[in-house]
Amino acid sequence: MHPFVYAAPSTVKEAVEILTKHGDKARPMAGGTDLLVQIRGGRFDLDMVVDIKKIPELTSVTNNNDGLVIGSAVACHQLYEDDDISKNYPGLIDAATLIGGIQIQSRSGFGGNLCNATPSADGIGPLIVHSTVANIQGESGTRSIPVEEFCTGPGRNALGKGEMLVSLSIPNKGKGFGAAYERFIPRNEMDIAVAAVASSILVGSNGKISEARIALASVGPTPIFAKKASDFLIGKEANEASFKEAAAIAKSECSPIEDMRGTIEQRQHLVEVITLRTLNKSLERIEG
Amino acid sequence: MSIQKIHVKTTINGRPEEFLTDPYVSLLDALREIVGLTGSKEGCLDGNCGACTVSINGKIVDSCLVLAAEVDGQNLETVEGMATADGLHPLQQAFLEEAALQCGICTPGFLVAAKGLLDNEPDPSEERIRHWLAGNLCRCTGYENIIKAVKKVAENS
Ligand SMILES: Cc1cc2nc3c(=O)[nH]c(=O)nc-3n(C[C@H](O)[C@H](O)[C@H](O)COP(=O)(O)OP(=O)(O)OC[C@H]3O[C@@H](n4cnc5c(N)ncnc54)[C@H](O)[C@@H]3O)c2cc1C
Ligand code: FES
Ligand code: FES
Repeated sequence: MHPFVYAAPSTVKEAVEILTKHGDKARPMAGGTDLLVQIRGGRFDLDMVVDIKKIPELTSVTNNNDGLVIGSAVACHQLYEDDDISKNYPGLIDAATLIGGIQIQSRSGFGGNLCNATPSADGIGPLIVHSTVANIQGESGTRSIPVEEFCTGPGRNALGKGEMLVSLSIPNKGKGFGAAYERFIPRNEMDIAVAAVASSILVGSNGKISEARIALASVGPTPIFAKKASDFLIGKEANEASFKEAAAIAKSECSPIEDMRGTIEQRQHLVEVITLRTLNKSLERIEG
Repeated sequence: MSIQKIHVKTTINGRPEEFLTDPYVSLLDALREIVGLTGSKEGCLDGNCGACTVSINGKIVDSCLVLAAEVDGQNLETVEGMATADGLHPLQQAFLEEAALQCGICTPGFLVAAKGLLDNEPDPSEERIRHWLAGNLCRCTGYENIIKAVKKVAENS
């Protein structure tokens, strides 16, 4: 690997100071499953790698009635090994159990997945449909933005110079909430999505949908929050007929490209099929 | 640029181990070239093949995607720790009996990964074994005998 210095600060403040001082020449490392591959591939020319896993706040999970706060260096397995989190945050768990294989899940997490900002990232759609807020810290203080505003282009995110992602806050929607994430890949495991959809619904005791969120991956320059399809569902009965209409709208909200993994038509078709599937699965999870 | 070496103090297969490394060296390279444990293999260097699998604090990882500097104070297990004075680990024995290897380059990674599963879940289903081992590639065996070997150990434990 290209020579770099290894820094392992113990506070966010210290990490931000290092990142601010070194600018483009330093990058945070959470699990390193993207970063170390990218460094080997020559994508970055770094003087310093800032390991953020020695900052206790960034590797811890807080889970209570109000919601979940995931430090930006928390690894996938920390989530799916917790029964309570698995029950209340099913969309996140769908992603945590399919990012890479077990070796990758031991190290990588949602923070790195989000910051890396690839259009095919499996973690970002689920974060969007769980109404996640990204908590950011820089030299001038802290700020929070909805996760759907975090990715600004392929591999680009909303972080400014010296800023880093500190944590992800995810509300606990309680009873009546269901979510699901599915991707289409040619293999069973260890592959990049041709198209993928995350969905969530909150259903009242009257059987009507009061909140809905649908997010699409691998069908645009960033993961897409399908707002029209989501809004369409509000006030509708939670059933297959409503889901079918929403799926058709979601199809119109994607803007895929054609590449070796799939054609535009195939991807649009997949969005419709997987939207319907994940909405049905969300409902099953509420009822089950 | 002159870059200072890092002093790493760790436990490998139950034995305390200290070494000096450049900060940009992977755990895989440090194990093989500094510590002298060449059981972990280099296949792809990008996290896909699992030939470099080791366990850190009981979690299996691809050591090509870990910096040696990160493991200061951590507890590592590699394939070299599996056999004891009493003989081969049951997984190693089963791999031999089931012909679960041909060239053998993937074998250390499969063994460490499978041990990681059985240490936590002594009785996994075949589906679970296949899912767990999806991060390990083998170009020779076609996987069937590897799955058979792991199942055999699970059933006999
Ligand atoms: C074999 C293999 C299989 C994979 N399979 C999948 C898959 O199925 N689905 C999928 O979505 N991804 C997959 N990935 C990609 C990768 O594992 C994921 O994107 C993972 O979630 C990244 O997390 P990480 O903690 O390892 O990130 P890192 O590599 O540590 O970081 C990723 C990027 O974000 C930056 N960063 C990290 N933390 C912060 C922070 N707190 N603030 C600001 N910037 C930060 C880093 O500088 C880097 O640029 C795979 C990778 C490999 C090697
Ligand atoms: S060499 Fe590490 S996964 Fe292939
Ligand atoms: S035995 Fe040759 S790669 Fe597995």
